[in-house]
Amino acid sequence: MALFNLTINGKSQQVDVDPNTPMLWVLRDHLDLVGTKFGCGIAQCGACTIHLDGNAVRSCQLPVSAAEGAKITTIEGLSEEGDHPVQKAWLEHDVPQCGYCQAGQIMSAAALLAQNPNPSDTDIDNAMNGNICRCGTYTRIKAAIHTASKNL
Amino acid sequence: MKTFPDKINRRSFLKVSALAGGGMILSFNWLAGCKPKELETLGMPKEWFRLNGYIKIGENGLVTIMSPNPEGGQNVKTSMPMIVAEELDADWKNVVVEQAPLDTDNFTRQFIGGSQAIRIGWNALRTAGATARNLLIQAAAQTWNVPAEEITTEPGFVLHTASGKKAHFGEMASLAATMPVPEEIPLKEISEFRIIGHSHKNVEAKNIVTGKPLFGIDYKKPGMLKAMIIHPPAHGLRLKSFDDSAAKGMPGIKAIFQIKSHQDEYERTFFDTTSFTDLVAIVGNSTWEVMNAKKAIKVEWEPFSTYEEKRDWNGRKEIRTIPGGLENEASQIQQMAEASKKARIARKDGNPETAFAKAAKVIERTFHGPFLAHNCMEPMNFFAHVQPDRIDCAGPLQKPELTEQALSARLGVPIENIYIDMTRLGGGYGRRSYAHWLIEAAVISKEMNAPIHLQYTREDDMTGGIYRPMYRATYKAALDENNNLIGFQVNAGGLVEPPLYADRFPAGAVENYLAEEWTVASNITVGSFRAPRSNFIAAAEQSFLDEVAEAAGKDPIDFRLELLKKAKENPVGERNDYDPDRYAGVLELVKSKSIWGQTPAGISRGVSAYFCHNSYAAQVVDLKIENGQVVVEKVVQAVDCGLLINPDAAKNLCEGAAVDGIGTALFGELKFVEGAPDRTNFDGYRMIRMKEVPKTIETYFVESQVDPTGLGEPAYPPVFAALANALYQATGKRFYNQPFINQLNT
Repeated sequence: MALFNLTINGKSQQVDVDPNTPMLWVLRDHLDLVGTKFGCGIAQCGACTIHLDGNAVRSCQLPVSAAEGAKITTIEGLSEEGDHPVQKAWLEHDVPQCGYCQAGQIMSAAALLAQNPNPSDTDIDNAMNGNICRCGTYTRIKAAIHTASKNL
Repeated sequence: MKTFPDKINRRSFLKVSALAGGGMILSFNWLAGCKPKELETLGMPKEWFRLNGYIKIGENGLVTIMSPNPEGGQNVKTSMPMIVAEELDADWKNVVVEQAPLDTDNFTRQFIGGSQAIRIGWNALRTAGATARNLLIQAAAQTWNVPAEEITTEPGFVLHTASGKKAHFGEMASLAATMPVPEEIPLKEISEFRIIGHSHKNVEAKNIVTGKPLFGIDYKKPGMLKAMIIHPPAHGLRLKSFDDSAAKGMPGIKAIFQIKSHQDEYERTFFDTTSFTDLVAIVGNSTWEVMNAKKAIKVEWEPFSTYEEKRDWNGRKEIRTIPGGLENEASQIQQMAEASKKARIARKDGNPETAFAKAAKVIERTFHGPFLAHNCMEPMNFFAHVQPDRIDCAGPLQKPELTEQALSARLGVPIENIYIDMTRLGGGYGRRSYAHWLIEAAVISKEMNAPIHLQYTREDDMTGGIYRPMYRATYKAALDENNNLIGFQVNAGGLVEPPLYADRFPAGAVENYLAEEWTVASNITVGSFRAPRSNFIAAAEQSFLDEVAEAAGKDPIDFRLELLKKAKENPVGERNDYDPDRYAGVLELVKSKSIWGQTPAGISRGVSAYFCHNSYAAQVVDLKIENGQVVVEKVVQAVDCGLLINPDAAKNLCEGAAVDGIGTALFGELKFVEGAPDRTNFDGYRMIRMKEVPKTIETYFVESQVDPTGLGEPAYPPVFAALANALYQATGKRFYNQPFINQLNT
């Protein structure tokens, strides 16, 4: 066990955990930020996507020891009122079905748009290919990303 | 018309109290209901008046509607309350929705399964709304001293036009709650609907996109411990012994012990399937610590011998033999081929033998479907707190009522002392009908004498059994010299269940028809999977019909329409379970919307149609092969599910079904090697991803005033065949075996 100082959603947080603990479980079990989801544990499904200094990363593969000193953003901190353009576009297109993968999808989409405000379909395919949705909401996700891109 | 039973007995009252007390629910905001914030015009009321099990109204006019069924993405948490609100004549922007707990006294069929929530709930939901509206009218009549017949409603208000009196629902709610429940209650005409048939956004969407705790995996309670299990790595193995010496001293670990989720002599009921009953349980403070300890435990397994399992399948008692042994795919395929020769006749019309003997052309094809894992994105998990006098549980469930019975039997606790809260499901697709993990969680909680949350890893989930069965079907068609279909045979079976629907199309359209089925015993557990049986047999049947149409020199849509015409005008047999007009309706609609007959240059096109779960769906898939990859340019689909409740959400569901179906048909597969699944996570099990998704999906609904039917499943099965038929046009090869990627790659 060791103490780690983390900056999550603009707030300083301290946790006392095993250094190998993935950020996914630090967020979910220790900091009560459960919007970040467990899906596969091997960086194959994208449900646990968070932002590390603005980049989309799979938090199931990010040990807490590697997250110190970085700016971490989770779905809870993407916007104060849930009104990030991506979140608004998700509501406009009524994207979710079961909803479980959507936080990860939104975090991947938000990171894409931060780096590429006008993504083509191919850009979206490449950026979103790591996020699985078993309900099959992909076409709405793509449409919502285009809408968000217009409202950045 | 029947009255809606409006009773709050002690048990349901206690359940409501338990919720309101807040003890059970921490960090959950179900009581606040859910509604996009900007739509709310009224704040929370000071007091609620309960008009029946579905409806309570605040003194300020805010209406709470309980959504009875579990929500796993079918959008029933929006559509079911919409139906209640319609008959109540509520103003939708002043409605909040709450998830009802399992409450068999106030609600019926709190299930996810068979796409039946709306179809079966339709009358009860409408009656609940209409009854409450009547109580408000009675209250207004008494208050204003005018005849009830003169009182009307407009959204959220009662009015007496002659005197100009008007009051919002909240003003009448307290008196309404004391009014007698009417014996008979008229329902609205469809032309009077203001909510049904108009698109309304998912009531939970804002909570989903902001990451609120909604799912079973998010459930927390003070003092709650985290638990995991270890189950055998292969079907055919059971726990022999384990060595936890390296694990028990690890940080955060509270206990490691063996559990038995079901007693050996346990009589299993429907949906009571478990693959493995003897498990190692690990309990600790946090998920990561428990995961690490789990890896440090050394377990020895041993093969089990053939044994017998007692079953009570909806009153049908039977003893099922579960064979021992470690199974392999090759032997399973061989066993299926053998079993197909000893099939049971499910239906026979005319004289198929003679028809085939005199046929000018006979076409015979065999189709295979592999085991499939459900792969709900939320891995299986459940919360349980077993206390001396009660059990509290919470999590994602498709069949809570059945699970409650199984839990009661296992722990010897009366059902009235079991309290189940239904969280949102991170996907179900049939998998969460088999809730052995709830029993496991409760057994662990009892042993620990503490609240626990049991969490499966993805590997536990994918290798834990209860798969879509492995299937095989052989179709045979006889054409006469004029290319008329004079004979049709299907021989279908599976390991462990058959996929046959003997009375479905083309039964009824062919004079000489034979349907046979068979099964193969196995220790691999199987269960319902989105559109059970249809998810395979539709693909086989609709691919086969495409080939028969081609052999007959007919257009595949015209060929089907011809048969449907015959089924309508001169049906063979009396048990045909589809409506030829509605079946033809979706084909006609997809034909016109896809501009059938004018395939775009460079595109290959396939069509398919199917009836299941009381609804009809047809699809046209347009694709091309680029660098060896399938590129689906477009799916056009036509669906008839009767009256539409929430059109845009219905569209979303059908779009998802098409995507899920194409993904499963192309990639879905699980094979067995010495009893063990050959893939354990998403690195091996290929799911459809953004790059493979159809570029465009167009969904059209047949305009209908028929009572609404299901939508979670019907658009899923036919797309497999529309894809196969388009792939044939693109490659010149027929695709008989799922997943199609295997054949594409060779």
